[in-house]
Amino acid sequence: MMNMILALSFELIILVLAIIAIHNKSLKIAIIATGVIGLFASVLYLLLAAPDVAMTEASIGSGLTTIIFFYVLNKIRKTND
Amino acid sequence: MIKNGLIFLVLVGFTVILSGLLINFHGSEQLNPLAGHYVQNGASEVGAANLVTAVVVTYRGFDTLGEVTILFITAAIVGFFLKARKEDENRERSLRKTSEILSTASTLLVPTIFMLGVYIFMNGHLTPGGGFQGGAVIATGMVMIIMSRPEVKFDHGIIAWIESTSGVGYVIIGVLGIFLAAGFLDNHVLPIGKFGTILSAGVIPLIYVLIGLKVGSELTNIIGSLKETQNEL
Repeated sequence: MMNMILALSFELIILVLAIIAIHNKSLKIAIIATGVIGLFASVLYLLLAAPDVAMTEASIGSGLTTIIFFYVLNKIRKTND
Repeated sequence: MIKNGLIFLVLVGFTVILSGLLINFHGSEQLNPLAGHYVQNGASEVGAANLVTAVVVTYRGFDTLGEVTILFITAAIVGFFLKARKEDENRERSLRKTSEILSTASTLLVPTIFMLGVYIFMNGHLTPGGGFQGGAVIATGMVMIIMSRPEVKFDHGIIAWIESTSGVGYVIIGVLGIFLAAGFLDNHVLPIGKFGTILSAGVIPLIYVLIGLKVGSELTNIIGSLKETQNEL
């Protein structure tokens, strides 16, 4: 029951962060919101008894993709100036 | 106005289509025959304490080889398109100084992160995790090095050497399975060993070490190429 409530609240947080990522004007905030989605999703996978997937999601979803997005953002900004 | 109405109509359509799935959904009470076979015979046939690893590396080993190939092709394409030009390599950049906290913390954390990654892929057959996860963790450690010391340069030659050697080693182990065991990528090339110890489950630890090195070097290569293109313009 406790896990169920925790999982549902994580899902709600993920939904809110996804809406922030789409509708926010600042791309930086959108990228960070995407990274935090990955973090919460990995905890959610752990609650759903899939630790293998949780590890991948934590390192790739919230670690590597965030940094790759920031590199690309930096590159686009330089090209547009 | 019309656009919003159309989006609303599409959403309603999706809801109608997908509601059928939701209403007819019944959670399965028991494992299907294939999963049941894995659960019952996985420990005795493969000898891996982590059943997910038994499925990923041995029962579905060919799929894993495909995944590794996909990642290799991705890394190759990124490396091809983001090749740093000669004049960019030598360009001096005025970099903002990294904060004291980040540079001090990274000297403590980076070895720990590397050790965690190696632990994850070496114990892939005993505890959750495996080659892909361990390799990704090692790559995040490399990201931390890049962030704390932006002036550091990667030796792409060594990375490419590790990557290709481990890839070839993986395939060689798989081919050895044809001659010494039941088939391609079968894990009985080495003796199964005692269940639950680190040197057990045949060649699974060896394969996972190779996959971990391969994935770690590929992801590091992607990040390193992206970092080097930041010097342009």
